[in-house]
Amino acid sequence: MGKTLQYSSITKKIIMSLAGLFLTSFLVVHLIINLLILFDDSRELFNQAAHFMATNPLIQIFQWVLFAGFIIHIIFGVVLQIQNWLARPVRYEKKGSSEQSYFSKFMIHTGAIVLIFLVIHFVNFFVKAKFGHIESISYASGTYEDLGWLIVELFKDGAYVVFYVVAILLLGFHLDHGFQSAFQSLGLQHSRYTPFIKLAGTLFSALITLGFIAIPLVIYFS
Amino acid sequence: MDLTLRIWRQASADAKGKFVNYQVKGISEEASFLEMLDVLNESLVMKNEEPVAFDHDCREGICGACSLYINGRPHGPDKGITTCQMHMRNFKNGETIVIEPWRAKPFPVIKDLMVDRSAFDEIIQAGGFISVRTGGIPDANAIPIPKLNADLAMDAAACIGCGACVAACKNASAMLFVAAKVSQFALLPQGRLEASERVRNMVGKMDELGFGNCTNTYACEAECPKEISVTHIARMNREYLVAKVTAPKE
Ligand code: HEM
Ligand code: FES
Repeated sequence: MGKTLQYSSITKKIIMSLAGLFLTSFLVVHLIINLLILFDDSRELFNQAAHFMATNPLIQIFQWVLFAGFIIHIIFGVVLQIQNWLARPVRYEKKGSSEQSYFSKFMIHTGAIVLIFLVIHFVNFFVKAKFGHIESISYASGTYEDLGWLIVELFKDGAYVVFYVVAILLLGFHLDHGFQSAFQSLGLQHSRYTPFIKLAGTLFSALITLGFIAIPLVIYFS
Repeated sequence: MDLTLRIWRQASADAKGKFVNYQVKGISEEASFLEMLDVLNESLVMKNEEPVAFDHDCREGICGACSLYINGRPHGPDKGITTCQMHMRNFKNGETIVIEPWRAKPFPVIKDLMVDRSAFDEIIQAGGFISVRTGGIPDANAIPIPKLNADLAMDAAACIGCGACVAACKNASAMLFVAAKVSQFALLPQGRLEASERVRNMVGKMDELGFGNCTNTYACEAECPKEISVTHIARMNREYLVAKVTAPKE
């Protein structure tokens, strides 16, 4: 923690942006696997993919890299935010609103909700999948733990679906600012490419959000 | 026009401040904002009250002395303009105008609406210069400079160091100011020589003084009276990254 404070503001932001982009790439993989559950009613494809993710040694190592990515992103995010609050001890009576990226004002708030979601998500899926007992299911391709069933059961709970959808929406807002912001933090700015990065970031965030939200909604309403 | 002014009053740096409401009447739409404050101050002096302290010097938008956070915006509602150049036609008759000093830990209030911006001087002293031997004036085209670079450096050099970027930023970050000062040299061959040291020292000083970090919110660019672009911040990030990676370890 002491070391974290010693890094310059720009170094912290560079680390933050790299961790953020890394987490973004993880979201893509995660979403692709999740979407498989909608593919067939027997959940074969999804269970097969989940089995691969749970047993492949490379993925097992990468899991720790991902975990570290989250920890780094969260620690640096919190440190940056605290410094930002301390930089203005006396607030304005009349709050300004000249921001050009609205969601940038709420990164710590959307991040915090995503963190709460992550903890619950971690307990619900990861811990159960790793340490709990899950029924096996046999297909022509082999016998796997029926993780898909766990998901289908959870998404029958309306309250959980609502929480899930809200959290993913906020993650979408986090990403909408975060994606293009990461490029600026890294100094990757160009009059020709930056407008494209901004547009691509927004489309990408919308796609990720819709993708993740579609799964509980389809399961709940079918 | 008649106005209600809600102004931050603070007798000294350590005194506790508060907002005080004043009425001003018969202000011309053609008056500048500072002239309007002059009218208020004259009336206060007539009543034997302490006039409102605020910074100003050139009153033509070039020195960067004037400040004021007016209705939630540094330098008020007009775009690309300093408070001294902003006119009363931007307001409506009967309006209440809230006037606050710049708020940032490294910009402590000296009195009323005046803040101490010497933190900016310290950042400049940390590297915002070129160590050259002065001599005769060099020939204009002795050092060839691409037109684009010359233009960009000139845009960066338009910064008058008023501190509106810090005032506008939700994090009280000085990134736009420092980026402009880093960029004006980084873009020119004369500045390249000390570029690596400069960016590290200026950013180091900026952090040390307690300015916030950049969240890429870009309120600074929207409020800058000289419309300095945040692309300079990206350039500084780039310069800093390269400087850090390539700098020899002491
Ligand atoms: C899958 C999850 C997440 C992804 C993909 C993600 C992605 C990103 C990206 C790309 C940025 C932009 C970095 C930059 O401006 O250079 C960012 C910023 C930020 N993130 Fe996250 N993030 C995630 C989770 C979280 C969590 C759990 C927190 C909890 C504290 C958090 C807090 C922040 C904060 C505070 C910022 C703004 C930092 C600043 O500009 O000062 N993020 N995020
Ligand atoms: S008084 Fe010089 S810029 Fe306003």
